[in-house]
Amino acid sequence: MKKVIKYVVIDILRNRIMMAYTLFLMVLSFSIFGLEDNSAKGLLGLLNIILIIVPLVSIVFSTIYVYNSAEFIELLVSQPLKRKTIWMSLFFGLSISMVLAFLIGAGIPVFIYQADITGMMMILIGVLLSVIFVAVAMLAAVKTRDKAKGIGVAILLWLYFALLFDGFVLFILFQFADYPVEKAMIAISMFNPLDLARIMILLKMDVSALMGYTGAVFKDFFGTELGMGLSFVVLLIWIFLPLGISTKRFKSKDL
Amino acid sequence: MIIATNVSKKFGSLTALNDFSVTCNKGECIALIGPNGSGKTTFIKTILGMVVCDSGFITVNGCNIKNHWEYRSRIGYMPQIGRYPDNMTIGQVLDMMKDIRGKQNKNLLDEDLIISFGLQPLMNKRMRTLSGGTRQKVSAALAFLFNPELLILDEPTAGLDPVSSEILKEKIISEKQKGKLILITSHVLSELDDLVTQVIYMQDGCLCFHKTIEQLSIDTGQVKLAKAIAQVMQNK
Repeated sequence: MKKVIKYVVIDILRNRIMMAYTLFLMVLSFSIFGLEDNSAKGLLGLLNIILIIVPLVSIVFSTIYVYNSAEFIELLVSQPLKRKTIWMSLFFGLSISMVLAFLIGAGIPVFIYQADITGMMMILIGVLLSVIFVAVAMLAAVKTRDKAKGIGVAILLWLYFALLFDGFVLFILFQFADYPVEKAMIAISMFNPLDLARIMILLKMDVSALMGYTGAVFKDFFGTELGMGLSFVVLLIWIFLPLGISTKRFKSKDL
Repeated sequence: MIIATNVSKKFGSLTALNDFSVTCNKGECIALIGPNGSGKTTFIKTILGMVVCDSGFITVNGCNIKNHWEYRSRIGYMPQIGRYPDNMTIGQVLDMMKDIRGKQNKNLLDEDLIISFGLQPLMNKRMRTLSGGTRQKVSAALAFLFNPELLILDEPTAGLDPVSSEILKEKIISEKQKGKLILITSHVLSELDDLVTQVIYMQDGCLCFHKTIEQLSIDTGQVKLAKAIAQVMQNK
């Protein structure tokens, strides 16, 4: 498995898009930290961008990469390798590259300007989000045969996680404004790794007061160690569930 | 060496293999013949595990191929259309395969074809810049590289110039004499005459017949494979 991962990582790191992504993250992070005199504020600004950019690049790049590796996969399948090994190598190769790009691009600036627990949390969340969206992308790619359709599905998924889901949550909030839905909101936020990530970081930053009563309920839950632990477990489930399903699909896929 | 039992495969509503059973033994050189879309490539891909069959099973060397992968280290496969990662050079593809197969030992490798096809000066060329014929040469060289006991060649001479296809044919004959099992599909029947010992004829995913070449010429009264097959097709 290590051998195949090696070839995938080398191939991705040679890719110019990956280089551009790293550079873009770096310029962005440094300029945000440079503009704000308070680095905590800078972190907040960076958070909003990371929550949009990281999943988008991760999901679109991974989907396209899987489709472009069709020949490579075909070549490997006829060799003495397990299907699971091939798929896992692809996943690890993509994840390692995305995480590396994020750590260099956003990790270093955060280390320099805000090397406290909140900053570390932010890096950890960024890493987890990168990996989650690689897993989701691979699921989208294995389910659809057609390349254009697959990439479309990936973009729609991103749109859903980044925008549509929030709209849906707002809709529920307004519809059920008369009822105590705050606790239910915690459960609903588990269905979107982006929301979960956002809440986790915002609570670490002590700006939850801005979120009103819901913020207080969130604080009660996510502020505790159990809540934090549970949220991390949910984020891990967001990696392993799509990965498990796509591996199962790939094992019985005709090439 | 290969035993296929009641193998069926459907692609949507299209039946590619229909209750297909066949036995292939060591030391044979078998031609897989049939009209376009008769399921030849599908059968080959099921042996390799690239296509998963709906029902029935295949054993290679007495081991059911389902959920197994080790058996593929005994197989050399030359695809109909060789598709390789575009950004890699020929040398990198060869090295990668050696690395993946875990056979760095020069003595175990069979680099005859790389030399006789003259691929060595091209080692630094990227795969996307190669012509169809050169690509075929790379596929052939890869199939023979690891000295496999079982060779599966899907349209090996398509796209090769006469000199190269002669080189390839000689290589196939010499491997046959070493007692390997060789499966070939081809539409150029005249080329198969001096290669094959047996013929499998497929139509619409079914096995029509599996005969030795001598038996076929007795049954049809023709010496040449091309004419014998033409006669079989006309009688259908």
